[in-house]
Amino acid sequence: MVLLKMKFNQQRRVRLAQGLWLLSWLAVMCGAFIFCLGVYLKTELLRRDEVMENTEIHVVPNILMMVGLASIGTNWVATRVCQDSLDASRFPRWKVLLLAWFVVAALLCCLLLAVVVLSYVLQGRLEESLKVGLRNGIRFYKDTDVPGRCFQKETIDRLQMEFRCCGNNNFKDWFEVQWVSGRFLDYTAQEVKDRIRSNVDGRYLLDGVPFSCCNPASPRPCLQYHLTDNRAHFNYDYLSEDLNLYSRGCRQALTDYYMGLMNSTGPGVLSVILIQISVMLSLRYLQTAVEGAMALEDPEGDSEGYILEKGVKETFEEVKVKVLTMMKLAQVDPEGVPVDAEAEKAADTTAEKAASPTPAS
Amino acid sequence: MVVMKMKFPFQKRVKLAQGLWLLSWCATVAGATTFTLGCLLKTELLRRAEVMDNADIHIVPNTLMIVGLASLGINYFASKICQDALDAGRFPRWKNFLKPYFAVSCFFTVLMLLSVIMSYAMKGSLESSLKAGLRNGIRFYKDTDTPGRCFQKQNIDRLQMDFECCGNNDFRDWFEVQWISNRYLDFSSKEVKDRVKSNVDGRYLVDGVPFSCCNPRSPRPCMQYQLTNNSAHYNYDYLTEELNIYLRGCREALVHYYMGLMNTIGAGVLSIFILQGSVLVSLRFLQTAMEAVAGKENTEIETEGYLLEKGVKDTIMEYLDPVLKFFLLKNGGKVEEGDAAEKPPAVP
Repeated sequence: MVLLKMKFNQQRRVRLAQGLWLLSWLAVMCGAFIFCLGVYLKTELLRRDEVMENTEIHVVPNILMMVGLASIGTNWVATRVCQDSLDASRFPRWKVLLLAWFVVAALLCCLLLAVVVLSYVLQGRLEESLKVGLRNGIRFYKDTDVPGRCFQKETIDRLQMEFRCCGNNNFKDWFEVQWVSGRFLDYTAQEVKDRIRSNVDGRYLLDGVPFSCCNPASPRPCLQYHLTDNRAHFNYDYLSEDLNLYSRGCRQALTDYYMGLMNSTGPGVLSVILIQISVMLSLRYLQTAVEGAMALEDPEGDSEGYILEKGVKETFEEVKVKVLTMMKLAQVDPEGVPVDAEAEKAADTTAEKAASPTPAS
Repeated sequence: MVVMKMKFPFQKRVKLAQGLWLLSWCATVAGATTFTLGCLLKTELLRRAEVMDNADIHIVPNTLMIVGLASLGINYFASKICQDALDAGRFPRWKNFLKPYFAVSCFFTVLMLLSVIMSYAMKGSLESSLKAGLRNGIRFYKDTDTPGRCFQKQNIDRLQMDFECCGNNDFRDWFEVQWISNRYLDFSSKEVKDRVKSNVDGRYLVDGVPFSCCNPRSPRPCMQYQLTNNSAHYNYDYLTEELNIYLRGCREALVHYYMGLMNTIGAGVLSIFILQGSVLVSLRFLQTAMEAVAGKENTEIETEGYLLEKGVKDTIMEYLDPVLKFFLLKNGGKVEEGDAAEKPPAVP
């Protein structure tokens, strides 16, 4: 039972080849688009590399880039096949390659689908990575004289200003670390001595935040220090003040940003998958129709195109048998005799046995 | 005296027409580019419109947009004309169109050059506009409760953060205005009373700057207040500290930014001007070469093409005469009326 049979006269075959040629070039453009999308996503992730602890999320743009490049090549091959399809002398050389082409194209579609799924699944891993990266960034904020960490302050400041966020979960994260370097603390002052003695590790902890947490939308000049002390500022209430600093945490802000970026690429990737599938189906029809036409006495007569020669189940069985036979051929019997040789021997013996009873009787 | 005469055999005429057709389509794209550049410049100027006192500088992007649109039309007609040029039957219909066409095209091409010159000439006007605008912005920084001025604080803060600048000329501009609103000052405290009494106008002046002046590159947490007091901060010297806050003034930063933008756009527009000029010159040569062929049986003869039939001065007078006559005719008409009115009373 042939799957999805369609009749193709010469006119229709020509139209199919021309349409498929255009569609394949469109698919090449889509491949380039996917590659560019991957590159863009990768650059965006690399820009904030310093606040990410691991690079697991990079698998999404890496796959996009690989698939984009492979898709350009694959669809370019499809255009060549279309060009040769109506020429009976040049089409046969593509015969062997076409099976491999279909496998590769199906693989690309699966990979693209996997990318869409991964971009949702990896959200948790991204958040974890940002949590650890930001925690380190805040801890090393003061180490502007330590090689390897001297740019943390600038990185965190610019991040907080650009993404309009403060701290890891919220601004209170700054209360728990010493973010003022010891080089700028007057250890002879009473205030400094008190603060250092007030905790076990001898850190100078403040209820204050860096200037990059300040919200320009506040009607009031920014209050950075003594945030929990209502009496330190005129007309100030710590619990009801919400415009003074950014209320969002940077982890939330960055996760939202990257998820938004990956979600907006979702529809584009899905439409590219659809285009690739339609190229595959059209090429299959073209291949079977042209092969059918070449087998006829009149090459310009009507032929049939189909997707699968037999039904889905039968094709699957056939493929399974082929694969197993190939595996058996490769397998060597423990006694050192190849299995097919034994089968041959058995066939000979049965033939001999069939021949021998005659003399006995 | 003919200007720039050149011989044109048939083959050369054909090549000229084909080359001109391509060139005019390139020039059409260039015209669209000019329009886009004008739009770009205008949006950039509008983004910072709140810190500009007047809109004089907008004449540059407006001119670019007009010239871009006009250039699309000019080059479209140029391509149509050179398509018809080699067809002896269709070329004559353009005859009457070409004189005003060249006049208009020359006008817009010169306007293109003028816009580039203006973008350099108007630097002073831009600077004074920014000076006044920024001065107002800094003065009204504290008025977040006054309608019409409530966004000044946010604008100035974002401007200082984006352009990495502080104040008008430099950060000391903030010392001269009260930028903290009275709503947040405790007038019962001694410090506030002292400061308010210390100047004639009763303003609360501090030697401090807003947080948006802070430089993220500083190795030290930002020091905003008591900037002139060395003893207020540990290990601090007011005169040698240069990384704490931005030292550049916002006026200089903005002028630098806009001049850079206009220089880049000016370079592009200059090359488009050269392209447009070459299109017009080639079209003129093609027109004059084809006019000599008109009426002859053998269209493949060699003809001469030139730029101007008479000298430069004579041609200018020729173009200006209709315009002057139009005005003179008005005056002439009035004189005639006056005569007619005078005459009847003169006759007894």
